[in-house]
Amino acid sequence: MSASVAWSDVEVGTELPSLTVTLQRVNLVMYAGASGDFNPIHWNERFARSVGLPDVIAHGMLTMASAGRVVTDWAGDPGAVVEYGVRFTRPVVVPDDDHGATVDVSAVVAEKRADNLVRVDVTAVYAGSTVLGKAQAVVRLA
Amino acid sequence: MALNQDYVGKVYPASPAYEVGREKIREFATAIGDRNPAYHDVAHARSLGHRDVIAPPTFPFVVSMRASAVAMFDPGLGLDYSRVVHGEQRFAYVRPVTAGDSLVVVTTIENIRVAAGNDILTTRSDISTEDGEPVVTTWAVTVARGTAEGTA
Repeated sequence: MSASVAWSDVEVGTELPSLTVTLQRVNLVMYAGASGDFNPIHWNERFARSVGLPDVIAHGMLTMASAGRVVTDWAGDPGAVVEYGVRFTRPVVVPDDDHGATVDVSAVVAEKRADNLVRVDVTAVYAGSTVLGKAQAVVRLA
Repeated sequence: MALNQDYVGKVYPASPAYEVGREKIREFATAIGDRNPAYHDVAHARSLGHRDVIAPPTFPFVVSMRASAVAMFDPGLGLDYSRVVHGEQRFAYVRPVTAGDSLVVVTTIENIRVAAGNDILTTRSDISTEDGEPVVTTWAVTVARGTAEGTA
């Protein structure tokens, strides 16, 4: 494990490079296949509407994975992530068009701990609202 | 139907082994749009000190989801899977899942509670190698909408 960021170089409040993730229907199909989660709310618009959703929604775990990239891109070695957790607070609705859904991900160092650990708080915003709650990662820096 | 509170603390037998392959890791990383070379390039992963390519942090859910079906579909628990949404997910890693791992999962029902007419189930999945080396523990909170007693 060898993070490319040094613990001594970060402070509480240090912002990580943000990223923008675009999720289109093809990404949901790919995630369904790769993960084995074939719940039709993630690919079948007719079914999604029948259970009261506005349209097909992204897998929560795809949103979590996409948001986590803000941390792993920064850390360099994804193996430096010691903990990662989120609450799924709002669905990311993915329309069948050429644009899909855009999720803006940002993150900030929220706490420095012993043993070169930091807690990073992650924010994921879709259509003006956060879609993850208490999204936090603990990372072991160099 | 409310969930059976007697199932809190229930531990299910270890799952059959899940063999983690390089191509599965690459497929999963591609599906989440992540080009980090630690997931794709063996030489790069080794330069970071890993034995082989490593899996993205959320990959263990693929392994735990499959294994936790024994709890989700345990008729005695009484979960209405058709009304289920994913509430929370958390991972605590000993080390990253690595290509070549042969992983077994022990699923535990950690908590059952009711809030706002919803049944809320917390399962813990302890993922280790077949040889007994702990790799990652993950907690899933599953919400069954409107299934608690007293609601339609």
